[in-house]
Amino acid sequence: MSQSGKPTGLFKNLSAKIAAIPMVLTALVVFVGCSVWTIVYSFTNSRLLPSSKWVGLDQYERLWGTRRWLISIENLAIYGILMLILALVLGFLLAALIDQKIRFEDGFRTIFLYPYALSFIVTGLVWQWLLNPEFGIQNAVRSLGFESFTFDPLYNTNTVLYGVLIAGLWHTSGLVMCLMLAGLRGIDEDVWKATKIDGIPAWKTYLLVVIPMMRPVFITTLVLITSAIIKLYDLVIAQTGGGPGLASEVPAKFVFDMMFVSQNLAQGFAASSMMLVAVIVVIIPWAYLEFGGKKHG
Amino acid sequence: MADVTNTMQRPSPAHASGPKPRRVFSRNNIVIYGILVVLAVYYLLPFYVMLMTSLKGLPEIRMGSIFAPPMEITFEPWLKAWSTVCTGLNCDGLSRGFLNSIKITVPSVFFSIAVASVNGYALSMWRFKGANVFFTILIIGAFIPYQVMIYPIVILLREIGLYGDLGGLVLVHTIFGMPILTLLFRNYFSSVPEELFKAARVDGARFWTIYFKIMLPMAVPIFVVAVILQTTAIWNDFLFGVIFTRPDNYPMTVQLNNIVNSVTGVKEYNVNMAATLLSGVVPLTIYFLSGKLFVRGIAAGAVKG
Repeated sequence: MSQSGKPTGLFKNLSAKIAAIPMVLTALVVFVGCSVWTIVYSFTNSRLLPSSKWVGLDQYERLWGTRRWLISIENLAIYGILMLILALVLGFLLAALIDQKIRFEDGFRTIFLYPYALSFIVTGLVWQWLLNPEFGIQNAVRSLGFESFTFDPLYNTNTVLYGVLIAGLWHTSGLVMCLMLAGLRGIDEDVWKATKIDGIPAWKTYLLVVIPMMRPVFITTLVLITSAIIKLYDLVIAQTGGGPGLASEVPAKFVFDMMFVSQNLAQGFAASSMMLVAVIVVIIPWAYLEFGGKKHG
Repeated sequence: MADVTNTMQRPSPAHASGPKPRRVFSRNNIVIYGILVVLAVYYLLPFYVMLMTSLKGLPEIRMGSIFAPPMEITFEPWLKAWSTVCTGLNCDGLSRGFLNSIKITVPSVFFSIAVASVNGYALSMWRFKGANVFFTILIIGAFIPYQVMIYPIVILLREIGLYGDLGGLVLVHTIFGMPILTLLFRNYFSSVPEELFKAARVDGARFWTIYFKIMLPMAVPIFVVAVILQTTAIWNDFLFGVIFTRPDNYPMTVQLNNIVNSVTGVKEYNVNMAATLLSGVVPLTIYFLSGKLFVRGIAAGAVKG
């Protein structure tokens, strides 16, 4: 990393400071300022317009007493946990398979990753169509003679989340594969040679040597997917619209609806502040692990 | 799951490094390729179904299987999706959204990259006191859910008269593209040999001269990566489009969702799928043309500063 001498005065290095104005504004006004503004106004009774009447924690109390919010949180938790596990497993599996010095490696990789280039809206709409019980997969299998075959996750309150999960996994697992593949390629060939000489079976090497060595990759992937999961919005809008009933509502949609549809601003502020808390709970330990140790060492 | 299948892949410690004699039909390989092909079907099926459905007439969709290729290929659904399908009061099809998306994406990509590349350059070569503090806030900010910041941004844009305007949306994309792009450019410029920079300084070149004359020409590949990354991301955006534009200016994703999920009228599945494919054409083309560069773009998201 290069440095251009020690700057002393305010006007030294002025061009660089001017060039950094957008960053400073973004960091201070948008990321810090807007977040703080939202948190502060979550303690008011704003409805159609922001109001400055302080009501303490009332909004949060109301929020946690709202059925739709509780369902949203529960949905996100179920979706999130399953998505994390399945995306990591599927992504790692794909990467491990592709890493076997196979033919058509580029071809397979292209196939597994292309959904990631598509929007969540496209993803949601395609899977809505595939999972359409009247014309989709269910109908196709039934017409093969399996009359009682049932596969209509989107039309059943108990299974709709899994329908969304199938689509989300289709969209995201390619990304995980890419990250994992980079991790696998980064592992020294000598590791494989050594375990081979010791006669350790490949699956054991993966489990006991390779995966622990790839810890940083796993953690980064985990953080990336988790922060994407918390933002989950477009996919649900396109695929289910939150239905049937409230069965696939998610927090991001709750916030949007409170702010822009039902004119219940402070509820939206409180809910989004809770989302921020959720992200902080994920990010802080990660940032600590990643950067905290290095400063002292 | 992974472990079970991995067991099956390699019963013997046959994995070796370096150039390896190919035994194409070993039992291992059959299992590996078998799994890969099955998984490939899961990934390809939606695309295949979209395409097939978009080429069928409605009666054929009602009668036949979703997987069957069309008996009679028709391009009607594509034409209708592009030029006549209605959203709200506008009946000029997705072409409107397409144009809007271009009007949004081109300036957004340009400005976000212009700002972030200069910023990354400043951060890596002209570091000033406090630069790292702002940079850290910027990177951490990338993880803040948009929902937390969106309403105050609406107010700010309204104050400066850009709310509902395309310019406002461009500004929002520039802001939210900044963390990842700055990281991308900062990392790239940090890897440029210091001697090059010092030599230019000795020759009396200043901030902007070095940027335009030396760094910019050298960084073309990373600019391409950034363009790919941003074009796909902005084209695919839904949330900002829905919040920061008026219905007339809705980008393609928003219009597409309104077309397909509208509750009025007969559901024209073939038109819906044609419309869905049309919205995917731009990012897919970029994806297939860019190949490894696309992967580099995403990997940039995973590389920490």
